[in-house]
Amino acid sequence: MNVAAVTASRATTQSLRTGGNKDRNVASLVFLCALWFSLFFGVAVLVVLIVDTAIAGAGRFDANLFTNYESTVRKGETGFRAGILGSLWLMMSTALLAIPLGIASAVYLEEFADSRAWYNKFVEVNLQNLAAVPSIIYGMLAAAIMTILGYTYQGIVLGGAIALALLILPVIIISTREALRAVPQEIRHGSLALGATVWQTTWRQVLPSAVPGIATGTILGLSRAIGEAAPLIMIGVATVRFDPAWLTDKVAALPVQIYNLASAPQEELQQAASAAIILLLLMILGMNALAILIRNKFQRNW
Amino acid sequence: MFRSKTLTATLSASALLLTLAACGGGSSADENAVSGSVAVDGSSTVYPMSNTAAELLSEEQPDIEVSVGFSGTGGGFEKFCAGDIDISDASRPIKDEEKTACETGGVEFTELHVATDALTVVTHPDLGVDCLTTDQVVQLFGPDSKITNWKDLDPSFPDQKVTGFIPGTDSGTYDYMAADVVGHESEALREDFESSEDDNVLVQGVSGTKGGVGFFGYSYFEENADNLKAVAIDDGSGCVEPSSETARDGSYTPLSRPLFIYVKNSAYADNEAVSTYVDFYVENLTDIAESAQFIPLNDEDLAETQSAVEAL
Repeated sequence: MNVAAVTASRATTQSLRTGGNKDRNVASLVFLCALWFSLFFGVAVLVVLIVDTAIAGAGRFDANLFTNYESTVRKGETGFRAGILGSLWLMMSTALLAIPLGIASAVYLEEFADSRAWYNKFVEVNLQNLAAVPSIIYGMLAAAIMTILGYTYQGIVLGGAIALALLILPVIIISTREALRAVPQEIRHGSLALGATVWQTTWRQVLPSAVPGIATGTILGLSRAIGEAAPLIMIGVATVRFDPAWLTDKVAALPVQIYNLASAPQEELQQAASAAIILLLLMILGMNALAILIRNKFQRNW
Repeated sequence: MFRSKTLTATLSASALLLTLAACGGGSSADENAVSGSVAVDGSSTVYPMSNTAAELLSEEQPDIEVSVGFSGTGGGFEKFCAGDIDISDASRPIKDEEKTACETGGVEFTELHVATDALTVVTHPDLGVDCLTTDQVVQLFGPDSKITNWKDLDPSFPDQKVTGFIPGTDSGTYDYMAADVVGHESEALREDFESSEDDNVLVQGVSGTKGGVGFFGYSYFEENADNLKAVAIDDGSGCVEPSSETARDGSYTPLSRPLFIYVKNSAYADNEAVSTYVDFYVENLTDIAESAQFIPLNDEDLAETQSAVEAL
């Protein structure tokens, strides 16, 4: 997208937002109502779900929820310690795997690659496709990689991190490319004109300018990963009652534990699962808030 | 790899030893702290049993790291026969092709019967059907079933549309009903009933639909007994209600089913953590079954399981 297109799209957005057109006929009113209804419907369903879950789990927002392991002997005190710690471990190792790889791929595709070459077009099309692949497929892929690496028991931190990193790589690459593309060409041209190499331009001018976009995309990717259960179940993430201490330790995950307890027959366990759902939502909300903070702090206007 | 837990464990283990010494002996080898790792996977039905065993064991042996998965009976055997895990949970006996896979993988195993489950046929509480014969169960759930109204099953039943809710095809519960109760060669059930892998969805479906019928493990009925009615089953010798007693004494047939764990012999022999876990499991089988809301074995079956462990 070049600068002219950006300016044009901004102008369109502005005129739509102000609603400057005065010709309000019946059709446009009906359309407006339809839009309002769509918005209302989406938000209302979400609110009902959250409120319903929060009420169902209300009795279990206590310290035991964080400090205890899963318990069938004392159902009222069952906790998600293994899942919470496991999910944190998985998030950290997923970030370590996915962020450098994702940003490097995006920088190559955007700044160095010849966009007319057939192999780059091929990569491009496949990236878009990968972003739409069902998450369980990444679990199978990770299981295959773990087998090649020689791990027979795959429900370990490394296995989960590979599955989740593969899952969010396309998201990170696509959003990083968007962020890089939003950096005006003039910055690059100016830098190159002053004698900087492409490498120096990318490293010192383009990447720092693209940080808000990259950070936002990455954190949104990670907050998708933290809520995923399917690929983790696929590689065999199980219930444990110890804390992981290294990449090769067996690990539990919060969404998997929730899935498991929500289908248990005992009401106490279902109640704990509801409380954990709210906890997971808060974790995701926190990550998204962080993304917004980073974006606002580093945003530049050209 | 350092863990602060190790220190605590060592301290508590020494405390235990001191206490035992003070009591004048009685310490046996398995009361020493054992550390190591045990990998369990398989049936999600048996999962609460194995997980409860792990929980109770962790109070005595905090350094044994047990992981309990729930990837299904079939998925469990696949990993088990490839040698990836030590113990496989199963809600049905191992199939012949799975035995072959284990032989190919060089995995020798021992089957341990750990609990009993009473598959419970439930209806909406107001339906007014108290008892079904085994034939009627087959007619109702079988793949060729044309029953759409309760009256078609028996003229004395109410004139009410049948709405069925059954477990998903991936579950051992479905397999057991299809293969061991209905016994049709296709090993399938009728396809026009709603199905879900989540038994709580079945509970809600049956309790919310007049004319609703379904089946699942006894614990799901027990927890929802206020909103459901369990149907007694007549297998030729009168109507028998599903209950802990009737499942244990064998009178609730053909719907009571055995639950198993399969132990890899070499893991039991070489890994002290596995042998400690299995021994603990079998020693406390009745307590574990009750905590996990399963039906404990009767004395005869329990003795059989115990002698199987001793032979390991």
